[in-house]
Amino acid sequence: MALLEVQNLKKYFKTPRGILHAVDDVTFSLEEGKTLGVVGESGCGKSTLGRTILHLLDSTGGKIFFKGEDITVVSRNKLGELREDMQIIFQDPFSSLNPRFSVSQTIREPLELRGRLSKAEMEEEVDRLMEVVGLAPRLRNSYPHELDGGRRQRIGIARALALKPKFIVCDEPVSALDVSIQAQILNLMLDLQEKNGLTYMFVTHDLSVVKYISDEIAVMYLGQMVEKCESDRLFERPIHPYTQALLSAIPIPDIHAQNKRILLKGEITSPINPKPGCRFAARCAYATEKCREPQELREWEPGHFVACCRAEEVSA
Amino acid sequence: MATERKKAKKNSRFWEVMRRLRKNRLAMAGLVFLLLMILISIFAPLIAPYGYETQDLYNMFALPSAEHPFGTDNLGRDIFSRIIYGGRASLTIGFASVAVSAVFGMTLGAIAGYYGGKVDMVIMRVLDVFQAVPAILMSIAISATLGPGLVNAILAIGLSTIPGYSRMTRASFMSVQGMEYIEAARAIHCGDRRIMLKHVLPNAVSPMIVQMTMGVGSCISVAAMLSFIGLGVQPPSPEWGAMLSAGRNYIRDYWHIVLFPGLAIMLTVLSLNMLGDGLRDALDPRLKN
Repeated sequence: MALLEVQNLKKYFKTPRGILHAVDDVTFSLEEGKTLGVVGESGCGKSTLGRTILHLLDSTGGKIFFKGEDITVVSRNKLGELREDMQIIFQDPFSSLNPRFSVSQTIREPLELRGRLSKAEMEEEVDRLMEVVGLAPRLRNSYPHELDGGRRQRIGIARALALKPKFIVCDEPVSALDVSIQAQILNLMLDLQEKNGLTYMFVTHDLSVVKYISDEIAVMYLGQMVEKCESDRLFERPIHPYTQALLSAIPIPDIHAQNKRILLKGEITSPINPKPGCRFAARCAYATEKCREPQELREWEPGHFVACCRAEEVSA
Repeated sequence: MATERKKAKKNSRFWEVMRRLRKNRLAMAGLVFLLLMILISIFAPLIAPYGYETQDLYNMFALPSAEHPFGTDNLGRDIFSRIIYGGRASLTIGFASVAVSAVFGMTLGAIAGYYGGKVDMVIMRVLDVFQAVPAILMSIAISATLGPGLVNAILAIGLSTIPGYSRMTRASFMSVQGMEYIEAARAIHCGDRRIMLKHVLPNAVSPMIVQMTMGVGSCISVAAMLSFIGLGVQPPSPEWGAMLSAGRNYIRDYWHIVLFPGLAIMLTVLSLNMLGDGLRDALDPRLKN
């Protein structure tokens, strides 16, 4: 049974100019212990998707199942329980930590809120968590502004782990960090996954990061999931024209390599009051009349889902 | 044992702030001066050489001398003694009316800024109505309705300055609210009250501290205005603002009648500002050492 299942999830925002379809009809399921990478350009709704699943935003439509249970609408008490199982690691370690809380205060807070441990047990648990994420004990009473980005992100990870969750949404956890520190944090996250059997939903726009960490990858474009399959397969054989263009943008570190970059023409379509058809059609080299109709995410090959009516022609 | 530990932590936090405050000379000077003023006001009868209404009719408009350190006023009363007694009313009005407006204003502003939407709309529109009437007129209207006297003056001044505090609190709450750590707090199931008090407020409090310390001074001068039109503290009770405005008729010939009450107000406000600045810095861990 899948740990997390999302069916036709929708999140719309009302704006003065119309309804913004941030997440539109997204369906996927995620097995326990796996990592789903969610990629897409800025503003495609990948962060909103993660936040909606965690109930940090209310969903507009669709269903969310966690451990087989429908959690689309939950009471406040139930939400408290859910938050022990589902956590989030934020993108920017500079704004995701309260500047007036010391390291130990930040990590202790989720424990305090659940109120299961005595004071002494909490202190021990904070020590343990700091060790797990690789923070030196001497940093206990430091404040975030005294630490570098990598250490701050470790605090964020420790806070997310404090409640022993099963599922963690990682919202671009390394994109604000230096490249050298990115690798450390990614390795830490992989270690933690292995030790605790964590399930990740890894939101990012960094394709090399997503390839390194994901079992499966979902590609989003303007609120919709356009392609989803196993990580290796996506890089070998992308089907959707958008995925092809996206992957062709990865620089190849070889001076003799023939760079067959697919350059997209046109502007990104507005997500406000979008037309029913394929949202990528306006920029797609393969677009035809049929693309004006709504596109279904269909199983192109076992385990490989594509939302493109011209997948046959494109892949030929 | 648990409570003991909590107490120790609370105390250490307090002493940590005090330790940092102590390093700030200006703030300490302000604190010492304020404490001195408060003590002088409390023990006024023991300190003042004369009573506040004792008249020395042979010695009206006397310039400062050994007998009358700050001189005497138009009715031959000793200004030094009147300033000492006047501190009681002035300091009470200053602090209490700031307290009234800060408590109400900040609570309203915090609720408006935190919840936004309709709640914000309703609160802010009501405050707009309040603010449409000038603060001075508003306090005149309130104290005219309640009648003259110290407590009513405090209420009048406090209530009329609420909108300023609300607006500022709302604005700084809204800016802190956009930070990711508020979302992080929500993700660990922090309740609204706790988020407001532990995450938003400490990060939004600096402009409020500044406004409050400035507010004490302006409240003292509004109180002076109220007593000038007969709605504040009633004569012959001394009050710095009232002394200042009573002396303005003689300012060309007898400078000392306005100088000393003016100095008392100025020094109080100055030391409050220095203390407020120091306190704001001491409360911010980012400025540690």
